[in-house]
Amino acid sequence: MKYIDEFRDPQLARKLLASIRTRSKRPVRFMEFCGGHTHAIFRHGLRQMLPPTVELRSGPGCPVCVTANADIDRAIALASEPRVVMATFGDMLRVPGSHGSLQTARAEGADVRVVYSPLDALQIAHGCPERAVVFLGVGFETTAPGVAASILEAEAGGLDNFYVLSLHKLTPPATRAILDAGEVRLAGIIGPGHVTTVIGSRAWEFLPRDYGVPCAVAGFEPLDILRAVAAMVEMAESGQPGVVNAYSRGVRPEGNRTALGIMRRVFEVGEAEWRGLGRVPASGLALRPEYARFDAARAFPVDPGPAREHAGCRCGDVLRGVVEPPDCPLFRRACTPAQPIGPCMVSAEGACAAWYRYGEVDV
Amino acid sequence: MSDKILLAHGSGGQMSHELVERLFLRYFDNPILAELDDTAVVAVSGFRFQVSGSPNQRPETSNLKLAFTTDSYVVSPIFFPGGDIGKLAVCGTVNDLAMGGATPLYLSAGFILEEGLPLADLERVVASMAATARAASVQVVTGDTKVVDRGKADRLFINTAGVGVVPAGVELGGGRVRPGDVVILSGTVGDHGMTIMSQREGLRFDSPLVSDCAPLNGLVAAVLDALSSPEDGSSVGAAHCLRDPTRGGLATTLNEVAGKSDVGIEIEEYAVPVRDAVRAACELLGLDPLYVANEGKLVAFVAPEMAGVVLDAMRAHEYGREAAVIGRVTAEHAGRVVLRTPLGARRVLDMLVGEQLPRIC
Repeated sequence: MKYIDEFRDPQLARKLLASIRTRSKRPVRFMEFCGGHTHAIFRHGLRQMLPPTVELRSGPGCPVCVTANADIDRAIALASEPRVVMATFGDMLRVPGSHGSLQTARAEGADVRVVYSPLDALQIAHGCPERAVVFLGVGFETTAPGVAASILEAEAGGLDNFYVLSLHKLTPPATRAILDAGEVRLAGIIGPGHVTTVIGSRAWEFLPRDYGVPCAVAGFEPLDILRAVAAMVEMAESGQPGVVNAYSRGVRPEGNRTALGIMRRVFEVGEAEWRGLGRVPASGLALRPEYARFDAARAFPVDPGPAREHAGCRCGDVLRGVVEPPDCPLFRRACTPAQPIGPCMVSAEGACAAWYRYGEVDV
Repeated sequence: MSDKILLAHGSGGQMSHELVERLFLRYFDNPILAELDDTAVVAVSGFRFQVSGSPNQRPETSNLKLAFTTDSYVVSPIFFPGGDIGKLAVCGTVNDLAMGGATPLYLSAGFILEEGLPLADLERVVASMAATARAASVQVVTGDTKVVDRGKADRLFINTAGVGVVPAGVELGGGRVRPGDVVILSGTVGDHGMTIMSQREGLRFDSPLVSDCAPLNGLVAAVLDALSSPEDGSSVGAAHCLRDPTRGGLATTLNEVAGKSDVGIEIEEYAVPVRDAVRAACELLGLDPLYVANEGKLVAFVAPEMAGVVLDAMRAHEYGREAAVIGRVTAEHAGRVVLRTPLGARRVLDMLVGEQLPRIC
């Protein structure tokens, strides 16, 4: 299939792997920021193909996973309001909060609907004017412009029953937080491909500049990821950290100005709470005052009660890259995709789900 | 287990299995059900009766093996490219019988109708069932109709049950697969599930997605006939197991068989045929075609010396033209399915857990 098969060519992959093997001398650990990368790496078996000198470590790039329990509880409480229709991406449905999930809330009678785009939520709002449709805004810079566009469209159409619960988060501040904490030695960051199509590869220049850490932005096919790894091995070996765009078919240095413009028009940057990272300054997106009437948090003040962390769950440590999923005492025992305790086991981008599903077991 | 029924209990994956094993099997406990095959096969000895109306029938009068199965259909939308709920209700039950090696003969049809359903829609569904039944050489010989209040059902639900007879010498089952067996898939995977998903969610793709919904008893008969030609010494016994990978997709079916036969299965990812439109839709939604439902495909586990015969027989049939050998059964890693990726890496191909949900970024 066009645009996919070219990036899965086994012969080209073998060549890239051979050049990585030749060039890589000293042991390095790279973090793939993005959970989409983690899944691609596992699905294609890339970890076992790399030389022992190159270690890959999963990062915090799973929007569902980094959503704090307090925010999930708030979303569940909102969904349980009688007038509310909660529209959400499918991933959020099964994520456990302190006491339940949106899925269990739905089984109890809450009107929770899975959508593929915030524009679908707008359609629902058009279709049932007597209900209040709340779109659960979870995601990074990839998702936020689309949500912003839906708010602009709601405004233009005079829609007064559409709201957004904005839990959007920004990826560069999270990367900074991990490097500042210094808990895990990293020789490079594999930059998130989809996010960087929006924010541009220049947004990662602070990594070599402030931390001396190289960054290679990667797409999601095996060759994309191998190319990024090869570029980082090269920068690490030569001692010349920079930002390499290994996803040039999608990413430009300046990013997508239209998307950034819409995002900035509707949202303003503020502090956000991340699972694993805690409160990170200037890492979240809140609705600007002129769009406050679309803010679900303001329109429906709910009190979900105090948030509670799941005993033993190490999702926070997994998200910071401090441990790997099998290091968690619950992994594969109490916590499985059928009975998830932490969000990293639920989401299609969660590291625990990737480890569980694709297994790094001897077979 | 959760203390309420969740949608994932009906996904065909791990939660469905837990429900069946921990609830239904616990109460209905009997050795025939415990086989947990797509169809129950019961021996009826000492009876003499005439089976009529089947062109494929073999003269069976005294020691008869009856195949018996049932399935309910709640698909939404009820009309979709490549089929409708009626065609599905006939094919699904016919296919379950065929996977047991049976010649399907008679079906029942139970209808649960929502008040307000247009009569024209019902007629369209019934006409489609009749046409499909004719194509599959089965007859709908008994039925039932119930109407429920508006809102208590989603337009139209159908239950069908079916009976058939298993020809002498045919012994198929999920527990009969042996190391060395060749795994043959009758065609592309993911067509039905992605068609329904794109219709249901209003996703618009440029390329046409069409359900593969089809009755497979003709294909099964072609395979078994090819195996029973006496001149080359082949035997229907060379076919060990047939399965139609419906809910939960190919990956779930392979895991079920690996578990029941206590064998390992190795699959070559590149060998599994997937239509471009299905791959594109799956990539977009972050789904894996190996976990997406099919309604017109089967996987055959065949003794290695007869794999060529089966593959040729499939490819000569209209529902098996794209048949391919996708892997082998091994004695290693019993109970697990291992996938070899095109890059040469090996990883576990697990059972579907929860609902397949699209990714968000």
